[in-house]
Amino acid sequence: MSENQTGNWPLWEVFVRSSRGLSHVHAGSLHAPDATMAVRNARDLYTRRNEGTSVWVVPADAITASDPDSKGGYFESAQGKSYRHATYYTKSEGVKHL
Amino acid sequence: MSAFASHDSATKQSAGVAITAEEIAETGGRAPEAVAQYALRLGDDALMLSQRLGWWISRAPELEEDIALGNIALDLIGHARFLLTYAGSAWGKTEDELAYFRNEEEFRSVRLVEQENGDFGQTIARQLLFSFYQYELYSALQSSTDQTLAAIADKALKEVEYHQDHAAQWILRLGLGTEESKRRIQDGLYYMWPYLDELFADEPLHDELEGIAVRPSTLRERTLERVTALLAEAELEVPNVAQARLSAAPRDGAYSEYRGYILAEMQWLARQHPGATW
Amino acid sequence: MTEQTTTADQAATTAEQQHFEHLISEDSRVEPRDWMPEAYRKSLTRQVSQHAHSEIIGMQPEANWITRAPSLKRKAVLMAKVQDEAGHGLYLYSAAETLGTPRSVLNEQLLSGKAKYSSIFNYPARTWADMGAIGWLVDGAAICNQVPLCRASYGPYGRAMVRICKEESFHQRQGWEILYELSHGTEAQKQMAQDAVNRFYGPALQMFGPPDADSPNSQQSMQWNIKRFSNDELRQRFVDMIVPQAEALGLTLPDPDLKWNEERGHYDYGQLDWDEFMSVIKGSGPCNVQRMKRRREAHAQGAWVREAAEAYAQRQAREAAEAAAAASATDAEATEEFTVVAGRGSAELIGA
Repeated sequence: MSENQTGNWPLWEVFVRSSRGLSHVHAGSLHAPDATMAVRNARDLYTRRNEGTSVWVVPADAITASDPDSKGGYFESAQGKSYRHATYYTKSEGVKHL
Repeated sequence: MSAFASHDSATKQSAGVAITAEEIAETGGRAPEAVAQYALRLGDDALMLSQRLGWWISRAPELEEDIALGNIALDLIGHARFLLTYAGSAWGKTEDELAYFRNEEEFRSVRLVEQENGDFGQTIARQLLFSFYQYELYSALQSSTDQTLAAIADKALKEVEYHQDHAAQWILRLGLGTEESKRRIQDGLYYMWPYLDELFADEPLHDELEGIAVRPSTLRERTLERVTALLAEAELEVPNVAQARLSAAPRDGAYSEYRGYILAEMQWLARQHPGATW
Repeated sequence: MTEQTTTADQAATTAEQQHFEHLISEDSRVEPRDWMPEAYRKSLTRQVSQHAHSEIIGMQPEANWITRAPSLKRKAVLMAKVQDEAGHGLYLYSAAETLGTPRSVLNEQLLSGKAKYSSIFNYPARTWADMGAIGWLVDGAAICNQVPLCRASYGPYGRAMVRICKEESFHQRQGWEILYELSHGTEAQKQMAQDAVNRFYGPALQMFGPPDADSPNSQQSMQWNIKRFSNDELRQRFVDMIVPQAEALGLTLPDPDLKWNEERGHYDYGQLDWDEFMSVIKGSGPCNVQRMKRRREAHAQGAWVREAAEAYAQRQAREAAEAAAAASATDAEATEEFTVVAGRGSAELIGA
């Protein structure tokens, strides 16, 4: 990790599962020398009030994100395809369990 | 660069379920005299160590560590409050009457927890010895026939597991980190090691409390085995140093010269206003 | 941007800028990877990091009382509170880092004295009652300031504020409760409480910043939807809140001009000492020197620990790489074994 060479602990992104049955959700970030300490620090920092049942930590620079510069275009394809949603089909209105 | 959004469901809070000092005061029942004496010993250890560790908050090597040491200090003061509340039930005293209005010679803590923080290495050395001992202690105390002690041990053990892990992680990092860190943690171990024996010293009290208290000598082998194995992994030496003599019976008359300073700081305000509520 | 910028670049920049302005006008949120004006980035970095520094320096006056708290319950509460403040500092540094400045640089700005923090923390916490006054008035003012910031246009800042506001509600209540116990206690305790309120009232009101007329940055900040209310509006809101709270405590607020104004529907309050405020900000508060010294010492004395942890991490990574190389050099069976071990490691990390 690049920051390591500058004498600072690297940055980790923290994901917390608030209860069983739910996904891990991004909570924030922290600095730690390695994954073992990161996951421990994450417990102390992000779950002091029972916010979590499980924690993930990921090196911040290991995350690849969609390109912010193409913001409109990238998600355009999902727009206008209303036939992917149940509400598109109206003929069955009033028919139960459909 | 941290470039990701956090989400509200990651901040859902709750108080959780666990025993509290207030519940022990209400429902714990009255501790028999000998049980109270025993609870006092464990409670005083937790209180003294919490008092020591609390000092680190705002002074730790990194902000994340302020929080970690703070967590351990908070767990310990929680244990102290359970144990002193339960002990006090025998004498009609509150946790605060026991913590703030006993004199030096009336405390029952071991010398190890009273030792100075020193540098981070010295503090971690003390954490190593004490948390590994406490882990064995509470593991055994879970099967005490005294329901209150067993319940306290059950809650405390889960927290001490974390203290133990915290100490172990740092022992590895300091032992295998840099030359300086190796020297400092080794110094810390030498400084704390002479107070190890006292943790495992049996007293007549323990004979009286068969099945209720844990006999300290029974914890020795397992604790030392695990401490020694960890030190080997961290490439640190087991200090070859004499144990500090006890000038009187363990926990009963023998105490460090730091105790007076600790209590002077801890108690002065409460004693300036006797009978006051806060 | 240089003179040689092409027309295409200019068009792109304009599109980005329009997108940003659109987000602001919609009262939507700007996220870290969005384009934002340099001035917006700079102003936010300054605000968020100063906020973080204030949390960290603000730990000190209260941490000083952890070892002396007069009951075990209060000791536990205070420890939890100061520990929360370290957490809040970290949430805010985390938000500030998304703007592109690493925490190490922000920390350096604090230690070198280049960055400012809230001037209130340069006042001494002399008595136990100060723990009450800090919780009630200082955290109270902070919450007043922070609640509207939960809707700040910059996403990570707003989210950090949501988390902080949730946690801080206990901070203010515990402070009020400390003062309540004191004001309903012995005469000496009550005096202690009144004295603390007398000392913290003015500085707490100044936490909202200079009067609107003297606060040139505020306007821009409001246009960007970072700030939602002016300094004076927030200060008024706070005064209106604490007057009845003080009455419930049985304590007075040290302001002879404090009285209900029927016409305005608000409390009028007296002039605050802004000369003092400016001089404390600039470094001549009672405790500026001590606060900075303690922060610098903690950082310097922790250096060997941070270095050790880093060295250990590098050693572990090196050993893992060597093990992997050794494994791939031997037969397929060994490779398989290593893969299993590595797989278990990651499962442990991700497991519930």
